[in-house]
Amino acid sequence: MANIMIRSSDKGYVFYLPKRDLEASIESIEFDTPEKWGGELKLDNGGSYYIEPQVKPARLPISLRARRLGAVED
Amino acid sequence: MAALTREETEALIQEVLEVYPDKAKKDRAKHLMVNDKELESSKKCITSNRKSLPGVMTMRGCAYAGSKGVVWGPIKDMISISHGPIGCGQYARGGRRNYYVGTTGVDTFCEMNFTSDFQEKDIVFGGDKKLAKLINEIELLFPLNKGISIQSECPVGLIGDDIEAVAKKAAAQINKPVVPVRCEGFRGVSQSLGHHIANDSVRDWIISNRDGQAFEKTPYDVAILGDYNIGGDAWASRILLEEMGLRVVAQWSGDGTLAEMENTPNVKLNLLHCYRSMNYISRHMEEKYGIPWLEYNFFGPTKIAESLRKIASYFDDRIKEGAERVIEKYTPAMNEVIAKFKPRLKGKKVMLYVGGLRPRHVVGAYEDLGMEVVGTGYEFAHNDDYDRTIKDMGEATLIYDDATGHELDEFVKAMKPDLIGSGIKEKYVFHKMGFPFRQMHSWDYSGPYHGYDGFAVFAKDMDLTLNNPCWKLIQAPWTKPAVEAVQEAA
Repeated sequence: MANIMIRSSDKGYVFYLPKRDLEASIESIEFDTPEKWGGELKLDNGGSYYIEPQVKPARLPISLRARRLGAVED
Repeated sequence: MAALTREETEALIQEVLEVYPDKAKKDRAKHLMVNDKELESSKKCITSNRKSLPGVMTMRGCAYAGSKGVVWGPIKDMISISHGPIGCGQYARGGRRNYYVGTTGVDTFCEMNFTSDFQEKDIVFGGDKKLAKLINEIELLFPLNKGISIQSECPVGLIGDDIEAVAKKAAAQINKPVVPVRCEGFRGVSQSLGHHIANDSVRDWIISNRDGQAFEKTPYDVAILGDYNIGGDAWASRILLEEMGLRVVAQWSGDGTLAEMENTPNVKLNLLHCYRSMNYISRHMEEKYGIPWLEYNFFGPTKIAESLRKIASYFDDRIKEGAERVIEKYTPAMNEVIAKFKPRLKGKKVMLYVGGLRPRHVVGAYEDLGMEVVGTGYEFAHNDDYDRTIKDMGEATLIYDDATGHELDEFVKAMKPDLIGSGIKEKYVFHKMGFPFRQMHSWDYSGPYHGYDGFAVFAKDMDLTLNNPCWKLIQAPWTKPAVEAVQEAA
């Protein structure tokens, strides 16, 4: 599990992993509705993370716990 | 048009890599690239923020340098204790020329070196008692300090001192913030982690100190983040923001105070100059206080105008008009500067190798003078920095990450730039080789370079360096014929 931060930009959601100073844009998010938000995140650098589906946060950025799915980024 | 074509640049990289053993060659190859503007992400062509290879000459610093030297040091009314042996603090003192207003030793302390001066017995028995005593002494001798930060040097982490406990006890005793910073030099691969650790300690110990306290806000409050007032940079930036109608509440951290930092959560917008060293705290303030942040660039009139308009777009029409007014006011003066220096500098080639921001930020200023940046590189940037660099640099230019002494020498010999901008560690090598050189970390004891006023100084300095006749007279000592040396000796 890793602490991550998701913020929104003009190009969509941006993923940030403070521990490794890794910034990447989120290419797809599994659930993106006001009631259910989260699931699998696919990043533009090839990585994927999983966050528990939840109610869409009222304000971004938000810090969350995420699980790494695909081993990427060397 | 770059100095070399893509194929030539690629061949140059291969040639430079030839001298390394296979394993080192494979590793270093990942840190060198030829720019391709089509790329969206730097991920596939350059690797950054990795451990330097043992045996090569790296130009990097340590985590302590990032925390004490960059982020915490310039806060003028706080005392930063270099906790550990005396050398780290003493030899780094005053190097960055963070200007400030105040009486040193009375109410401001940046130029002084406070250290616990570790001796053998402190390593054996621990330095906590000494630290507690030191804080009391500081309080007695310098009562106008507003707070203390404890900057750990390597031994503190190695022997496992509990500086947090000392800090908490001392803070209660003297009733001021005492911030323990775990920035031991061995942490991380470069000074970059020091910035991160320093930002985290600001987040944990400073930023929420005044939450809930009354603060007289205006709708035009901003904070300047990541400007260390080198040679007066932050002042040259601040006057532009104030002229366009904004109120600058805080400067982080050049000529900044603890009170300013504590008041920053009240601003409307955080203006981030050095992205690499302060994006962490900006992200935190965005999440906790909902303050948006914006990267801006105050090098060169083109980028300044772009940045002023971008900043104004976050505010109402009054500020937007203010931005236009400021741009209009300074444009004639800037045109004069360009008219004077551009003919002398036009078409000249520049190579840069600086820290974590300037390799891309100063490109615009050089282009305003008709110069071309043919190679650039960072000591300690991360991938997001390279993502931003690719867009700013010309096609087929050379980009190098954590370049070694050998690589820099060879690149310069092959590309023969008209000007090199880098740090003090590279300066004298290139001087001896007869290349015009500017020290771009602390502006070669000049400055400011930010803002409109700074651009005039920048243009003049580049001209003075580049067109100085002395460079043609220099012959590198190692290229002199051996006979001469014998005769001289005799």
